Amino acid sequence: MVEYFTQHILSFAIWMPIFAGILVLFTANDNKPNVTRWLALAGSVASFLVTIPLYTHFNVADGGFQFQEGFQWILSFNINYHLGADGIAVPLILLTSFTTVIVVIAAWEVIEKRVAQYMASFLIMSGLMIGVFSALDAILYYVFWEAMLIPLFLIIGIWGGPNRVYATIKFFLYTLLGSLLMLVAFIYLYHQTGSFEIVDYYNYPMPLNVQVLIFLAFFAAFAVKIPMWPVHTWLPDAHVEAPTGGSVVLAAIALKLGGYSFLRFAMPIAPDAAHYLSGFMITLSLIAIVYIALVALAQKDMKKLIAYSSISHMGFVTLGFFLFNNLGLEGAIVQMVSHGFISAAMFLAVGVLYDRMHSRQIESYGGVANTMPVFAAFAVFFAMANSGLPGTSGFVGEFMVILGAIQVNFWYAFLASLTLIFGAAYTLWMVKRVFYGEIANPSVAVLKDINKREFFILATLALLVLALGVYPQPLTDVTNATVTQLLSHLAQSKLPAGL
Amino acid sequence: MENIRYDLIMALPEIVILSMAMIILLADLFLKQTSRIAIYALAQLALLVAAFITFSTHTPSIGYGFTGAFVDDSLADVLKLMIYLGTSLIFIYTRQYIQLRNMFRGEFYALVLFSVVGMMIMVSGQSMLTLYIGLELLSLSLYALVALDRDNARATEAAMKYFVLGALASGMLLYGMSMIYGMTGSLNISDINNALMGGQNIHSVLILGLVFVVAGLAFKLGAVPFQMWVPDVYEGSPTAMTMLISSVPKLAAFAFIIRLLVQGLPTLAVDWQQMLMIMAVLSIIIGNVTAIAQTNLKRMLAYSTISHVGFVLFGLMSASINGYASALFYIASYVLMTLAGFGIILLLSRKGFEAEQLDDLKGLNQRSPWVAFLMLIVMFSMAGVPPTLGFYAKFTVLQAALQAGYLWLVVFAVLMAVIGAFYYLRVIKLMYFDEPIDKHPIQAPFDMRVTLSVNACALLVLGLMPQGLMSLCGYAIFKSLS
Repeated sequence: MVEYFTQHILSFAIWMPIFAGILVLFTANDNKPNVTRWLALAGSVASFLVTIPLYTHFNVADGGFQFQEGFQWILSFNINYHLGADGIAVPLILLTSFTTVIVVIAAWEVIEKRVAQYMASFLIMSGLMIGVFSALDAILYYVFWEAMLIPLFLIIGIWGGPNRVYATIKFFLYTLLGSLLMLVAFIYLYHQTGSFEIVDYYNYPMPLNVQVLIFLAFFAAFAVKIPMWPVHTWLPDAHVEAPTGGSVVLAAIALKLGGYSFLRFAMPIAPDAAHYLSGFMITLSLIAIVYIALVALAQKDMKKLIAYSSISHMGFVTLGFFLFNNLGLEGAIVQMVSHGFISAAMFLAVGVLYDRMHSRQIESYGGVANTMPVFAAFAVFFAMANSGLPGTSGFVGEFMVILGAIQVNFWYAFLASLTLIFGAAYTLWMVKRVFYGEIANPSVAVLKDINKREFFILATLALLVLALGVYPQPLTDVTNATVTQLLSHLAQSKLPAGL
Repeated sequence: MENIRYDLIMALPEIVILSMAMIILLADLFLKQTSRIAIYALAQLALLVAAFITFSTHTPSIGYGFTGAFVDDSLADVLKLMIYLGTSLIFIYTRQYIQLRNMFRGEFYALVLFSVVGMMIMVSGQSMLTLYIGLELLSLSLYALVALDRDNARATEAAMKYFVLGALASGMLLYGMSMIYGMTGSLNISDINNALMGGQNIHSVLILGLVFVVAGLAFKLGAVPFQMWVPDVYEGSPTAMTMLISSVPKLAAFAFIIRLLVQGLPTLAVDWQQMLMIMAVLSIIIGNVTAIAQTNLKRMLAYSTISHVGFVLFGLMSASINGYASALFYIASYVLMTLAGFGIILLLSRKGFEAEQLDDLKGLNQRSPWVAFLMLIVMFSMAGVPPTLGFYAKFTVLQAALQAGYLWLVVFAVLMAVIGAFYYLRVIKLMYFDEPIDKHPIQAPFDMRVTLSVNACALLVLGLMPQGLMSLCGYAIFKSLS
């Protein structure tokens, strides 16, 4: 039994939350929501525990795929159910299963309408996202990648805000468009190599023009997901309308799917195109970092502000990727994980306020620190982390990427580091307007401070943000070998000889 | 004498179904309304027996009968089995609907069985004559079925429209066939192929004949620019008939194309490939874009069918074994999706109420989460989103087209699929995000509920394990065409 488990950890990590989700659906009874809630919590905690061996049993010296398993799935097209995780995937898988626990707890009393469907959507989505991170077969990956749109579509559409239908359909169609182009690239590669194994694509030489087309097809899929400027416009809409849990998953994990996929597909499959287009990618990243930060400054809606801040921070991730050096790449990965914690916490904090006041507008608040001192302390802490204060995880990733950028071009680093100013400006200005000053209105005056449940979630995230900020080694240890291997792969040209 | 016996055994499934249709017509005279259920049972029994015969006499080899006018190969057997299954589902889904609308009579079952015989002859036709007779038997039965509800003015109008345009298409088809006959001197598919082998005898009249044949087929399939009848007939017909028209006959039409174009005129492949390509592209554009503007659910599904036909033509125009197999896979998936989709529309209809406006689906998740979930699967499957069967249908067709070198057409089709996704998503939006207007409880017989659930869930299960259906389609095509 134990042996079976250790050979199929990834399958357990994927299917456990999905089956838990289906089970939860069967408890659908809005009169007795507590059964559903406890079952969902048990399912998410169990799913999280299942992923822990991925970290404890991880061989840090091996940069390749570990925990591999698989069988032939669709013989007609040589499609395999092939799973495996490397140093980039493992932290993100853990982040996913952990975030799901947080989301389930965060929704505890807040979601009253169709609880079972809500919890089930998140559990199923968690399994599907882990599937995306661990699939080593292109079609398997694609199936997970697309399938996770369905629960997220429903989450935003059913439990979202007033303009939810527009937001969720926009989100779905944007993502679908990019994904389908990626599918065309997969089919093309299949006809060239006769396989859907991702690893087979890594070593398949291609002329530059083909590589560029393939890279652009992947770019369409991943840039939308990350999202990069200028295809980011779906994200603020989706974030604003999504319920708190939806925003958390969207920011903490869904955006990472795009970042992860660049490292898994676009760059190693078309390395020459990646080098060739790196100027373009870096430009887009810098625009996201600087311009979107300025856009964030002008927001009146807290969720929208954090959404723009997410885009700006993800700009660091893509910047780090396309620097092609160790610091940049590793910084980008740290940034992804750190942003997972921080953005989740920020959205949860807005959720705490929204549950009480039913407003996300900054102007509805003022002086919240007087009535909610404990909450204000957390909020200020996460705001600092979001603006990249040393000692928090937000600093580590950004600093590494900036150092990596200096090695390439001083001006890249200069523009990127502007964000430390802008980031501080928009986050702290929001904190000032919401939490400090006089109590703005009577409804703020009667606010109750956070309860134990909310305290527990925020405290856990705060500890993680601090831990990663002070001692990021456990994370970088896992990623190190993979990053080195990836960089050496990227350094080799895949152009066919004679071209 | 020995030969005739051999021929008759080969056509035994057709004979069984035809005899049963006759028996039903006769038996209907002697049955009271309360015992009419026996006719339903007889019709199902006929399909079951025919399925048993087809299955048990199946061999991977190709057999010819009736002096080469009839063929029994794997493609025919597989398609026939699919037709039986689809028709059987139609009988289950429509029973309550036609009972409540005073159409639960022998004629309905007899006509459907006649149309099944027509389809089977199309599937097994190896001569232009048998193919044509099969097509006419199918079409005439369908015209009559659409008009079965005599007092329904809309249905009568739809039947008239269907008949006039259908007859025009048959005329074109026949005209084209006569030209091909004139140039090759044979009606037999294999002889036509042999006569054209080598490519010296290709005359412009032959190409003209091909144009007429393809136009006639496109009419029957409902491909753009011959799609005008589709939305009107879908909307006007009683939903039970729409379900029949939109589903199984497509399998027979597919067989018709394979027999006539692929087996009979492979030497003209370059010519018909171009025609199919233009029709595929136009169908995908018109189908997807126009569907967005529809408020009537049946009309929307009509345009959706047009776009699906476009995707099937995409597979066919690749003109490779891979392409035909993927087109067959697409058609089979399409039939399964369509049956489930119309099944749900029938489920939501009740006496005096037709659930045919999109708004009738509003808030379905609150009325019945399970039915809403089934419709969710159907819609995502039609949109081609994994993990549903519809994804693999699009996947196989696109990979075949890409293998044939149509990269930019594939990219185009993919962009159109995104447009298509919009109107399927709108259905889901209505079901899940809106409040219900109609709050009547959903009533349906137990067998219908169970079958419908299995049907819709099959889209999900086959989406997770598509290998079986893929192998079946590949087997049918491979054994028959190579």
